[in-house]
Amino acid sequence: MAEWVTLAEAIAANVHDGETVALEGFTHLIPFAAGHEIIRQQRRNLSLIRMTPDLIYDQLIGAGCAAKLTFSWGGNPGVGSLHRFRDAVENGWPGPLEIEERSHSDLANAYVAGAANLPFAVLRGYTGSDLPRVNDKIRSVTCPFTGELLAATPSVRPDVTVIHAQKADWKGNVLLWGILGVQKEAALAAKRAIVTVEERVRELNAPPNACILPSWVVTAVCEVPRGATPSYAHGYYDRDNVFYRAWDRISRDRDCFNAWIKANILETEDFAEYLQAVLQ
Amino acid sequence: MSVACTSDEMMTVAAARMLRNGAVCFVGIGLPSTAANLARLTHAPDAVLVYESGPIGAKPPVLPLSIGDGNLAETADTVVSTPEIFRYWLQGGRIDVGFLGAAQLDRFANINTTVVGSYKNPKVRLPGAGGAPEISSSAKEVLIIVKQTKRTFVEKLDFVTSVGFLSGGNSRELAGLPGNGPAAVITDLCILRPHPVSRELEVTSVHPGVNRESILKSTGWELRFAENCGETASPNSVELETLRDLKERTAAAHGVEGDAA
Repeated sequence: MAEWVTLAEAIAANVHDGETVALEGFTHLIPFAAGHEIIRQQRRNLSLIRMTPDLIYDQLIGAGCAAKLTFSWGGNPGVGSLHRFRDAVENGWPGPLEIEERSHSDLANAYVAGAANLPFAVLRGYTGSDLPRVNDKIRSVTCPFTGELLAATPSVRPDVTVIHAQKADWKGNVLLWGILGVQKEAALAAKRAIVTVEERVRELNAPPNACILPSWVVTAVCEVPRGATPSYAHGYYDRDNVFYRAWDRISRDRDCFNAWIKANILETEDFAEYLQAVLQ
Repeated sequence: MSVACTSDEMMTVAAARMLRNGAVCFVGIGLPSTAANLARLTHAPDAVLVYESGPIGAKPPVLPLSIGDGNLAETADTVVSTPEIFRYWLQGGRIDVGFLGAAQLDRFANINTTVVGSYKNPKVRLPGAGGAPEISSSAKEVLIIVKQTKRTFVEKLDFVTSVGFLSGGNSRELAGLPGNGPAAVITDLCILRPHPVSRELEVTSVHPGVNRESILKSTGWELRFAENCGETASPNSVELETLRDLKERTAAAHGVEGDAA
């Protein structure tokens, strides 16, 4: 059964140095509040997994939380580069970052395989691409029925997955809608799942077939209003495109980035205080 | 009636014209999304736009800034999960046209979006593959929209992220890729198509006001012109007004142009 706790308690109890961590959300519902709390609690040597690292991993990488990144598209959507990610890969700042690079299709399949308790994913992909040359985890398997050669890659099995959703009821049953990305698969593939939500409600009132994570597959649930901003929560608030563009300037320079992390994350108590700080 | 336009507008309009009405199109963000939506708003109202974040049949009123903007979900026929998009719809063989961009492209329309320089010590680390490797292999055909310069049109790619015709000839067929590969590359200077036998890109249509010399100067290999190479029709007033309206609406909604990426 999911336990209702504060985000600080959820991260302290469930995210440990050196663990494999997936914070998922495909443009929509990116769990920024949880990412900030991981930075605030100064976790180190994390092996991060995420299809689109986005600003959330740019922040974690630049703040020195990550030793490894598994990903498939590392840009600032609609803006350009992720400067902290690039600085880590190109110059090893603030420390060396091991990268394991895959395609979207591969990682999506690998989360499905993880959720299905299978050791590897199989897909028709990578033929002719150089990616298998630089990632020895991308291998192949022959179909025992047709003889077709298919790509095989290890399933994703995080120690902990963190997602953001719209609602949870008092028992901790979670409801999300809109663009769902790989969140359900990522939560089910992990040993532990933390969910932050916009609001805690008495009843979900969801129709059949809605995307619901039952309380008993969730480890901790936390009420964090606006917890996905500057990404968005469908039905609650829009994507903060101005911040996505501002991040290009904030993150371009190491000192500017460090000052921003210090003032807005390390020196704030929680996400509510962060929101006040950035709104000022 | 033709109207004066910029080379970027010519590129977008020329790319939009390639998308036939009713086609199911897997759309990359940026220039491909602009062109696909222009097609939907002009000659191809029944084109089905599929975005890798999950919307199928999206009809966004303004251009999305990211691949997963809320207006894609709100206007879609259905929204499915990202694994489902790649497994059932792309790999399942439901996509007619993959619409892609590129950072580097070679004469066989292979694409690099990974690194400039070596992989281990890159000069420039680019965003990476995203959905492109499987789109380029599984879509029935591929359209590529990219600005043409010596830096993008290179003799040899620093990294092959997604494949076109591999080493040319029948090498794509021999590799067993399900889709037919790139049908056209649309740039701000011209339209290129693969030669039917060698599969090497050749110029089949030059945009108005562009001379052959400037196309050659913007290409890193010895580029050929097709025997029947013609001139691209200028944008008509409907195409141009629709494109400009779309971009204005987008700028007003986002405070930025939708294909700024």
